[in-house]
Amino acid sequence: MENTKFFEKPQEGQPWDVAIIGSGPSAFSAAVYSTRGAASTLILGGANWGGQLMLTTDVDNYPGFPEGIQGPELVAKMRAQAERFDAEFKAEDVVSVDFSSNPFKLKTDAGEYSANAVIIGTGAGTHWLGVPGEEKLRGRGVSSCAPCDAPFFKEKRVVVVGGGDSAMEEALVLTKYATSVTIIHRRDAFRASQAMQQKVLANKKINVIWNSEVTEFVGGDKLEKVIVKDKDGKAAELPAEGAFVAIGHVPATEIFKGQVELDEKGYVKRYEKDGYKMATSKEGVFVAGDVHDFHYRQAVTAAGFGCMAGMEALKHLDKEPPNY
Amino acid sequence: MATVNITDGDFDARVLQSKTPVLVDFWAPWCGPCRLAEPVLEELSEAYKDKVVIAKINVDENQDNPGKYGVMSIPTTILFKGGREEGRQVGFAGKKGFEDLIKKVVN
Repeated sequence: MENTKFFEKPQEGQPWDVAIIGSGPSAFSAAVYSTRGAASTLILGGANWGGQLMLTTDVDNYPGFPEGIQGPELVAKMRAQAERFDAEFKAEDVVSVDFSSNPFKLKTDAGEYSANAVIIGTGAGTHWLGVPGEEKLRGRGVSSCAPCDAPFFKEKRVVVVGGGDSAMEEALVLTKYATSVTIIHRRDAFRASQAMQQKVLANKKINVIWNSEVTEFVGGDKLEKVIVKDKDGKAAELPAEGAFVAIGHVPATEIFKGQVELDEKGYVKRYEKDGYKMATSKEGVFVAGDVHDFHYRQAVTAAGFGCMAGMEALKHLDKEPPNY
Repeated sequence: MATVNITDGDFDARVLQSKTPVLVDFWAPWCGPCRLAEPVLEELSEAYKDKVVIAKINVDENQDNPGKYGVMSIPTTILFKGGREEGRQVGFAGKKGFEDLIKKVVN
């Protein structure tokens, strides 16, 4: 497909109209709107681009795909759509930003860029448990991506830690390979959607240990067992060759510390002011997706937030605040 | 030089007995991050030609060597020199992740 161009890319050393940091649904959706609004758009997507969708299999809740679609394919299509409107995608990792003066400056592992508006869409990554043995055994039995690693656990025993939709998905993917799947959850009920819970609870291969936490991963070259503690503090050993951690996510905001306001958990604080809804504490810097939204955290909501941030960045460039 | 495809059958000959260090990429077609790593590995196979061979082994079709080297997550890349493991990278950490590994044996 030939690219459709609504703008000229800036000359070397000149600022882009919009720079988007990130490479998931929020970033690519923002780019579709900013490019179609004739703003020259740079996407700094990182080497390991694609975000959480890269680590999923079937996505059945993104509208427009009645048969479902594979996560990696969906995000690749989003990138292609942004590039069709001539967004410049760079698989570079942003190492620092300077929002103190206009245009804003962005430094990557490969170069330096500037832009008159910035959209933060860096999303969130795996929240690890932070217990002994976890880091040492990562890739040796401990994982956060069942769709990636499940086939290595053919006829093996695995545990899944967590109680949300992603824990349910990990468990279901693993049942295709493992002999047994044990979900360890620290509460007495899941917070996953009813649809996912029903699938999990109906699956005979899946056991659940309620009201318990994993306190240690034990093994030499490979994971051998996990230590599980119940709410009375009683510890038990559970032999397992695989352990999948799905307790949630942490926002990717390290590079924004001191540049825009973050909340106590590290999420970018979203402001509503002058009619803008996706603003940050810094005028001209917008935010979209899981990096600020810890409530919905869906591909489709991230895309929606990205659309809003893209439209608002255009308003900012035109110096016409929305004033709804 | 492009990347080369290897199997359990020729792993010993092309990796362990290779005079040139070999970076082996354990991958599978269904793995999203593996696909991201692909063009980067192609690029590095050119940048380091004559210094490092970059080889790919499909873990769906070849299970002996992933098992032997304790690979339980993909992508995993392991660097071999003189038949010995010199280091490994679990997950795709971009070009720099691979280059840090390669630099253990190449100046």
